[in-house]
Amino acid sequence: MSASDRRTGRRIRLAAHFPGVNNTTVWADPRSHSQIGFGSFAHLARTAERGGFDYLFLAEGLRLREHRGRIHDLDVMGRPDTLTVLAALSAVTEHLGLAGTLSATYNEPYEISRQIATLDHLSGGRAAWNVVTSSDAFTGENFRRGGYLDHADRYERAESFLRAARAFWDSWDTDALSPHTGTRGTARPGAVHPVSHRDRFFDIAGNATVPRPPQGHPVIIQAGDSPRGRDLAAAQADVVFSRHGGLEEGREFYADVKARLPAHGRDEDDLLIMPAATLVLGDTEEEAAERARHIRYQQVSGATAIQFVEQVWGRDLSDHDPEGPFPTVEPDLDTVVTQGKAAARFHDRAAKAREWRDLAEAEGLSLRELVVRVSARQTFVGTPRTVADTLVEHVETRACDGFVLVPHLTPGGLDEFVDRVVPLLRERGALRTEYEGATLRENLGLRPRPAPDRGATREPSGAGEPTPVPGP
Amino acid sequence: MAHPLHIGAAIDGAGSHPAAHRSTPAAPYELFTAAHYAHSARLAERATLDYVTLDDSFAAPGRPGVPGRPDALLTLAALAPVTSGIGLVPTVTTTHTEPFHVSKGIASLDHASRGRAGWLVEVSDTEDDARLVGRRPVAPAEELWNEAGAVVDAASALWDSWEDGAEIRDVATGRFIDRDRLHYVDHEYVRREDARPEDGPHAEDTGWTVRGPSITPRPPQGHPVVFVRADTDDRLRTAARYADAVLIRARTPERAAQRRAEVHRAVRGAGRDPGQVRVLADLGIVLDRDRRIAEERSARLDALVPGDGAPETGARGTGISGAKPSAPSRPAATFAGTPRDLAREIEAWSEAVDGLTLRPAVLPVDLERFAADTVPLLKEAGILRTARTADTLRGNLGLRRPANRHAPTARTAPTAPASEGAPR
Repeated sequence: MSASDRRTGRRIRLAAHFPGVNNTTVWADPRSHSQIGFGSFAHLARTAERGGFDYLFLAEGLRLREHRGRIHDLDVMGRPDTLTVLAALSAVTEHLGLAGTLSATYNEPYEISRQIATLDHLSGGRAAWNVVTSSDAFTGENFRRGGYLDHADRYERAESFLRAARAFWDSWDTDALSPHTGTRGTARPGAVHPVSHRDRFFDIAGNATVPRPPQGHPVIIQAGDSPRGRDLAAAQADVVFSRHGGLEEGREFYADVKARLPAHGRDEDDLLIMPAATLVLGDTEEEAAERARHIRYQQVSGATAIQFVEQVWGRDLSDHDPEGPFPTVEPDLDTVVTQGKAAARFHDRAAKAREWRDLAEAEGLSLRELVVRVSARQTFVGTPRTVADTLVEHVETRACDGFVLVPHLTPGGLDEFVDRVVPLLRERGALRTEYEGATLRENLGLRPRPAPDRGATREPSGAGEPTPVPGP
Repeated sequence: MAHPLHIGAAIDGAGSHPAAHRSTPAAPYELFTAAHYAHSARLAERATLDYVTLDDSFAAPGRPGVPGRPDALLTLAALAPVTSGIGLVPTVTTTHTEPFHVSKGIASLDHASRGRAGWLVEVSDTEDDARLVGRRPVAPAEELWNEAGAVVDAASALWDSWEDGAEIRDVATGRFIDRDRLHYVDHEYVRREDARPEDGPHAEDTGWTVRGPSITPRPPQGHPVVFVRADTDDRLRTAARYADAVLIRARTPERAAQRRAEVHRAVRGAGRDPGQVRVLADLGIVLDRDRRIAEERSARLDALVPGDGAPETGARGTGISGAKPSAPSRPAATFAGTPRDLAREIEAWSEAVDGLTLRPAVLPVDLERFAADTVPLLKEAGILRTARTADTLRGNLGLRRPANRHAPTARTAPTAPASEGAPR
């Protein structure tokens, strides 16, 4: 590693995704431990911090998935409350960002803004929020609001929600609680500004009860992929959690989203694009490929394969042998058999059914082999050296700014990556050897979020206030 | 030997006295750090107390000092990994929150702390709270406490929606869970039938339903310990039906004993066993090595409170800043004196109640003095246990772990099973 490499090379951003509630996560392995116990979260967080990762990421699903009218029972299932776990993790980590998905549909802006501000204070500026919207009446059955939201209103409401949350974060002057003569132990008079936010979605007024967060605004993550979602990200987000992990599609997505930034007064470095990625390592390419194959069969059990095909077929296929031939019975395209997160991912089921049947016939694949072939494969498979090269290539060629790594084992699924790939990334100056900043925002290289300019009535602020720069 | 008391400590902000902010050594920003609360919680833990409480509300507490506080559930969650024996009891409100989120939040605190979570149930009864959410106007206390009961009911149904052992990891059949041991809740609460459009953008919000099951498996304690402050009849009705621990205020042990009898009557009236309910009185404390100095300190603090009067130590909403008092406050006992005299005072309460929630006037000083100088005397007198008797808050309070309502046989285990944990 030379100093010049470090200057010219682009830094890779890394996040550790806690293993999901889906069949990417392998539970039928002796090394698989609890999805719920705090020790699992602490293990992954400490591993990520050891590896210089930017943040740990927790997904959210607010209703257990169902398949053919019954609770799906083949995958890992159950998870604790996102914010509660992140708050607890703040106590066992020092530098790692703490990111979670929180629905803007099944929460209220004031409560979420206060919870995230609290997390940012507890962690000394390490909170991040993946803002998602939903109009899913199935999940809505668990909430006061239900599923009333029109699909078309999702983004508009999410934008309004985020504006309201930001207004609360901005409502305390940066130095509101600095010691002042005569106001010992309380806020400087006039330093807490009332918030009023009223539109067709919300009617909110009052004072925030948590000071301006250490990051100003906690880091905002967005995962929308539609043109509208990309615009929202370009306008509002600090990080895009993308689904475009491939080199070519990644470059297209990167160029498209980053081109939307100038319209919002932002440039390339103000928004980081981080696709989800899975990886498998081996001492040789052959060993890695064999391990990847083994993991795929762990992920796709016979029962899982049948349920996967049932999602497209819309009918009961449980009388089929997963190791036997692909079904010849016709799909029932009028029936939807799966509800909840990860449901409805097949848009044109008739086409999908034809494609699978043709492929199975052409290559003589069993039902299970077919599913192993057509369902999500690992993004990167190889030796530590080739995987490190590939990750760097993606970042250098602007297919992304980094990755959200999704391990298949809880909690040790990233141990090997941190032990074997991280040193190589560090060697070539692509990954930090120690954390540069005090906050997640600083570590991500994002510009500080300026406090709002409230005009001349405001007294000069104390030291440590970020310099105002134009931002989102 | 005297009967051991269950003792907890309120670790709110600068302290429980409304003028605590004028006296605490903590800088205002420290009141939003984990370290500030961890210091008090560890003191309480080393003193072998049973629990700490942390108050919360959406709007600022109606008292002088910093016009805010951190979210209590998250703050205590940040203490879970740095404590090992103390119960963690955050206030979580039920009026403008989602029962589903509240249930899994408390359950997750129980998982993170391996069975040390409690929940101090509160309602949001001020205009300020209502306007911050903007979903519904302020409702009468009776309605709010009825709903709070319904939320506890829904939350505990969600806790039970996963039977213990529902996670089977059966490699032979490929099943991770036994879905026959997961249950829908279908809890319905009807608030009002007569919503009008002029009630605002969410006039359709006439109540709520929760389908279930929870996304979070059953917490280690089965049900985390439910605390309800029972200062009014509305609160007492809800406490009698749902609380494991009932918080009361009384000026003297005699009045506290009367109140405990009332609580027991109400609990029996609700068809429950008073033996499975703990009645805990508030006791404000101002400590110094010399009694006279302690009393002077107490008087100085009182004199710093604007308005006419005697501080309601621990009362939420003193009427300052226009906030509506949360409840007609019953005056709580406050002790000002030496740590040694406090030990005698506490002994005087030991027959009247099951325990005390100490409310240090100023943090951390009054808690530090209690821990250093009162605790050894209480242990010597057998009023405070010398070691914890259980790993869970429920166990330390002498409460049974509830059987799951869906369990085939209504067996009750005396203690929670060890929380399943990953290596490290």
